[in-house]
Amino acid sequence: MNGTGVDWVATSVFVFFFLLVTVLGFVAARWKAGDLDLLHEWGLGGRRFGTLVTWFLVGGDFYTAYTVIAVPALVYAVGAYGFFALPYTILVYPIVFTLMPRLWSVCRQHNYVTAADFMEGRFGSRWYALAVALTALLATMPYIALQLVGMQVVIAALGFSQGDLPLVIAFIILALYTYSSGLRAPAMIAFVKDIMIYIVVIAAVTVIPLQLHGYAAVFAAADHVFQAKGGATGITLKPGQLLPFATLALGSALAGFMYPHTMTGVLSSSSADSIRKNAMLLPAYTILLGLIALLGYMALAAGVKVAHNTEVVPMLFLRIFPSWFVGFSFAAIAIGALVPAAIMSIGAANLFTRNVWRPFVNPRMSPAQEAKVAKLTSLVVKLGALGFILFLTPQFAIDLQLLGGVFILQILPGVVLGLSRRRCHWISLTSGWALGMVVGTALAVLAQMKPIYGLQVAGQTWSVYIGLLALAANLVGTSLCSLIVRDTRTAVQPTPAQLS
Amino acid sequence: MPSSPPSTPQTDTPRPSSPGAWAWGLLLPFLGLLWVPFYNFREPAFFGFPFFYWYQFAWVPLTSGLIYLVYRRVK
Repeated sequence: MNGTGVDWVATSVFVFFFLLVTVLGFVAARWKAGDLDLLHEWGLGGRRFGTLVTWFLVGGDFYTAYTVIAVPALVYAVGAYGFFALPYTILVYPIVFTLMPRLWSVCRQHNYVTAADFMEGRFGSRWYALAVALTALLATMPYIALQLVGMQVVIAALGFSQGDLPLVIAFIILALYTYSSGLRAPAMIAFVKDIMIYIVVIAAVTVIPLQLHGYAAVFAAADHVFQAKGGATGITLKPGQLLPFATLALGSALAGFMYPHTMTGVLSSSSADSIRKNAMLLPAYTILLGLIALLGYMALAAGVKVAHNTEVVPMLFLRIFPSWFVGFSFAAIAIGALVPAAIMSIGAANLFTRNVWRPFVNPRMSPAQEAKVAKLTSLVVKLGALGFILFLTPQFAIDLQLLGGVFILQILPGVVLGLSRRRCHWISLTSGWALGMVVGTALAVLAQMKPIYGLQVAGQTWSVYIGLLALAANLVGTSLCSLIVRDTRTAVQPTPAQLS
Repeated sequence: MPSSPPSTPQTDTPRPSSPGAWAWGLLLPFLGLLWVPFYNFREPAFFGFPFFYWYQFAWVPLTSGLIYLVYRRVK
């Protein structure tokens, strides 16, 4: 990056923490011991995680390393607009509180391991379940690749200009302990990762503003930079940014817990109550994320100049912190990539095994074979993500991840209707899903892979997040189709557990 | 009904009490945060943070609190 060679002090601290979590990753196989040849043990930690473990796990999973890199980068580049991450990660919790405890109860009762299992059970169609599973797989793959981007950025900032080899080593280690320990590995590592991130962020938001003469000065400096750039963006939103800001926040909040990794985190909880408590307690991470976002302004105030916006946070830390703490904070970010990457690959493996392999390839799998397929899939998924980054451009991953957000929103109607007493035929849901996928992809292409589409209505342009437009198309499609096909099965019994 | 004491021993009915009207409180964060013109300005600043920022931060504990109120009803 800056060609000054490798920072060995920072690198040593970095390697120390990396080795520490590697040991933890393998030891985790014995934690809350269970038979790892069963899929719900390997892939959901035996549903044994209480409120505290779930808090660390979902916190470490939902607020990813890529977030730590990308949100400040966006704020650095476009100012207030980048803060949509804050309303997004606030509004997601009323949604979690309303839907997820009920979803957990149904899944626990029927030993469902994935969202698609739930759909199959509720709507009686492995084809709709397949659509849900493929959507979730498609949304997850680029997300895993982006975790690698987060890791790649900090490895490069340590001075390894050819950062591929360390990245490959780190990822192989990750793949091995995920294979052997399953979800217990990221759950245990999440404790270390989250505590490290809290330390780094608290240090950053106290030390850096002191050096930059306080928060008022930081905001003033950022304001000055944006005005000098011509004032298209600023530290408050421009009139044309209001609707994109609000719709991005809402759409992202609706999508947030539909992803396989967040869903896996929720389903691994030991009770519906611990999910409810987490809906109250997880917002602590949102405060953290808001403070992380401010690092973008601090970088502007400190006069940090970068070739790529993703370098903002590492460059700011290199400028401000002593070497050993640079190593600590970079380790926090890299470990912060491992946790979600592991959970994403486990979530993807569960989906592939339960909703693709078992129903369509080998219906007579034994439980042990099921766990074996999932373990192997988690390896393949991670290698795929690695190939993504090594052989394709990161921009491709970023574009696909954007589409992934649009896609994953299309399973929301199935989750909500599956939890309600209202009946709906799987053909209606599948039609709505297909319409949503097509509309979402088309609009994203028309918008040149930007998340916002300018809708022309009544002579005015309404700039709206594409995910919400696709969801609207989905709902219209599902409703229209419901007029023709009815669910004629005997009434779906709302189980007592579903309501508890 | 904020007057209903939480300490009242509940009879062990299989059906949990309905969140009822309280659940509507969970819509407040959506109103407060999605109607952006309501908070898209700089003054009054607080600890150097323009209004746009501290207003959003304030909704974090507020939302947790609202969820807690509903939680106490459904528990």
